[in-house]
Amino acid sequence: MFKSKKLVLFLCLLLIGTMFLTACGGGAEDQDQTQQPAQDNQEPAKDEKPLQVGIVLSTGGKGDKSFNDAAIAGLEKAKEELGIEYKDIEPREMAQDEESLRFLAEQGMDLVIGVGFLMEEPLRTVAQEFPDTKFAIIDAVVDEKNVASLTFKEHEGSFLAGALAALMTESNTVGFVGGMKIPLIEKFEAGYKHGVEYINETEGKNVNVVSAYAGTTGAAFNDPATGKELTLSHISQGADIVYHASGGTGQGVFEAASEKGKFAIGVDSNQNWMYPGTIIASMLKRVDVAVFDTVKAVKEDTYKAGLTVFGIDNEGVGLTDLANVTELEKSGVENDEAKIATMQELKDKITDEVKAKIKEIEDKINSGEIVVREE
Amino acid sequence: MRKEDIQDNIRELLIPIGAIILGLLVGAVIMLAIGANPIEAYKALFIGAFGDMNKFANTLARSTPLIFTGLAVAFAFRCGLFNIGVEGQLYVGALAAAFVGGNLTGLPKIIHLPLTILAGMAAGGLWAAIPGFLKAKRGVHEVINTIMMNFIAYALIGYLVADVLKAPGQTPRTVPILPSATLIRLGELVNWSNSRLSIGFLIGLIACAIIYFVLWKTTIGYEVRSVGLSPLAAEYGGINSNRKIILAMVISGALGGLAGAERVLGFDRALILGFSPGFGFEGIAVALLGRNHPVGVLLGALLFGALSNGGAWMNFTTSVPVDLIVVLQAVIIFFVAADQIIRVIFPKKRKDWGAV
Repeated sequence: MFKSKKLVLFLCLLLIGTMFLTACGGGAEDQDQTQQPAQDNQEPAKDEKPLQVGIVLSTGGKGDKSFNDAAIAGLEKAKEELGIEYKDIEPREMAQDEESLRFLAEQGMDLVIGVGFLMEEPLRTVAQEFPDTKFAIIDAVVDEKNVASLTFKEHEGSFLAGALAALMTESNTVGFVGGMKIPLIEKFEAGYKHGVEYINETEGKNVNVVSAYAGTTGAAFNDPATGKELTLSHISQGADIVYHASGGTGQGVFEAASEKGKFAIGVDSNQNWMYPGTIIASMLKRVDVAVFDTVKAVKEDTYKAGLTVFGIDNEGVGLTDLANVTELEKSGVENDEAKIATMQELKDKITDEVKAKIKEIEDKINSGEIVVREE
Repeated sequence: MRKEDIQDNIRELLIPIGAIILGLLVGAVIMLAIGANPIEAYKALFIGAFGDMNKFANTLARSTPLIFTGLAVAFAFRCGLFNIGVEGQLYVGALAAAFVGGNLTGLPKIIHLPLTILAGMAAGGLWAAIPGFLKAKRGVHEVINTIMMNFIAYALIGYLVADVLKAPGQTPRTVPILPSATLIRLGELVNWSNSRLSIGFLIGLIACAIIYFVLWKTTIGYEVRSVGLSPLAAEYGGINSNRKIILAMVISGALGGLAGAERVLGFDRALILGFSPGFGFEGIAVALLGRNHPVGVLLGALLFGALSNGGAWMNFTTSVPVDLIVVLQAVIIFFVAADQIIRVIFPKKRKDWGAV
C-alpha cells in the first residue's frame, strides 16, 4: 500500500522535528516545575495514610503569582507542617469545573477545595452529591452542611492600598486596573477609592482615581497584554501609582509601570519582588492562610461548615511590610543583593508619617471608626 | 458504485485517519521526551472519553456544539466562503436563546422551546447575513468581516450579560432558562447518569441529515456547491451567485446560533459568560477534519469531544500536562491540512489526479 522508503524518511523527519520542538520547550518546562511542585508524585507514608486534599484552581490561573498561587502556597505549607498530601487540578475549560470537583470527591479526598467564585454552582452540585465529603470554597458562599465558605474583606485591604497610593502620589492621580468586571473585583475598586477619598479629606489632598477593567470573562484574569495597555493609558492620564486586582493580568500592569518609571501596588500574594523598585507594596489577601487553616481544622477534627470572613482584624487582608525587605521578597529575587537594595530603596521612600497614618487607619477600621464601603 | 469510486471514498477516509494516527505518534514522541508514559496517558485519554456510559454521554455532550459549528463552517465552505465568524454567531444565538428562554413566561413548552431555538438560529443567521451581504454586494472579504463581527459579538454580549441582563450573584450570567424552554438532559431521565447531555445531540444528528439532503439532493444545494466551485461558471449557468453567497452565510450563521442555543438551553441552562472555550474555532478544525461532509463533521466532532474530555481525565490521573491535548489537536489538524504528506505515504495508484 505504501512505499516503505518514503515512510522511513518521513518518520525520521518527524522524529527530528519533534525532538527539536521538545528541546525548545525544555527551558520553559523547567521553569514551570518550580511553580508547579504539585505535579510531583508523592510516596504515601507507610504507617499512616496522610490526609488527602484535592483542590480545583480557576481556569488559566496556575502560575499567576497571585490568587491561585496563594492557595497552592497554603497547601505547600500544610504539606510541610501537617504532612498532608494534595492533588491540584486546573480545568482547561469552565464546563469541566464540575467534573473536576466530582473526580476529586470520588477519589475519596478528605477535603475538596474550590478556588474562585466561578466554582460556586459546580461546588454546590457536587457537595450535594457527596454529603459525607468535606468541601471548602474561596470567594463565594455555598450554604450546604458540608461546605466551609471562605470570603475576604477585600475592600478593607484595598482601603489601605488607596490610602498608601494617595499619600505617596506626586502627580495627584492614581490608577486602578481590575480583572473581570464583577461585584467581587468592584469591591477592591470601591475600597481603594474610599481610601483615596479618606486621605483627601483628612490630609487636604486632591487625588483623583482613574480605573478600568480588563474584560468580562474569566480570561480577564490572565491577560497581561490588556493589563499593560490599560496601565499605559492610566499613566498617560497622569497616574503615577497603579493598583491592580486582576490576577495574572497584573504582570502587564507591573511591566508598564516599570517601563515608564512609575509605581504599582500588587495584590493577593506578595508581588513586591517581581519588579524590584516598581512595586511599593502588595495588598495581601491571605488565601494561603484560609486554605491552611481549613486543612488544619480537618486534620485536627475541628472542621466546621459555614461562613468564615477574613478581614484586617484576623490578618486575612493587609499590606506587606512597608519598612523592611522580607525573607519572602529576598528569596523571590534569589537573594540578589542589587535587587534587594533596590527594593529597600523604594521602601525607604515611604516616610514614617505615612507608615504611622496607615497604622492609624488599620486601627480605625478595626475599631469600627472607619466603615469601608463595599460598592 | 464503481470500484474506483469505492477506492476514492476509502482514500478520502484514509487522510483523516492517517492524520489522527500520525498525531498520536507525534504526541507519544513528545511524551517520551518529557519523561511521561504515552501508553498510560493514552489509556487515561480513552478511559476518560469512553470509560463508562456516563463518560461516553459527557463526550457526546462536549461534541454536540462542535457538530453544529462544524456543519456551519462546512456549509459556508461548500459555497466557497470561509466563515471564521461562527464563534460570534454562536454568541448572539446564545444571547437570543437566553433572552427568549429566560424571560417569556406563560407559554406552553410545545411553543416556547421551538420559539427559543428559532430565536437563536435567527440571531445567528442575521449576524452572519451582514458579512454575507457585504461580501456579495461590495466584495469585502468574508474572512476579515467575520473576524471583526466576532469582536463586536464578544463586546456586545460581554456588556449585555455583565451589566444589563445580569442575574443576581457574583457570576456574570443571565437568569435561568424557564422549564418550558429547556432541552431535557440525560441526567434527568435516568438515575445512573448525572450527564448534561441533552436532546440537543439528537438535533445535531438531524441537522447533519438535513444539511446532507440540502447540499446533495436539492436545487439550492446544487447551486450553492456550483458557486463554491466557480462563481463565474455558476453565474454563466444562470445562478445568481450573490444571492447564494448571502443564503449560504445565513444558513451557516443559523447553525452557529443553534450551537449557542443548545449550550444555553441544554447544557448550562443560562448564558454564563465564558461558556464557550472556542467552539466556533474548533468547528473550523472539525470541518477540515471531516472534509466538509456532514458525516465527516459528525465524526470529527466526536473525536474532538473525546480528546477534550479524555484530556481532562488524563489531567486528573497522570502527570502528562493537559496542554498536550492542544498539541495533539494541532498536529492532527496540521496533517489533515497538509494532506500531501499523507498522500505521499499512501500514494494513489491511478494517475488521474484531476477528478473532483
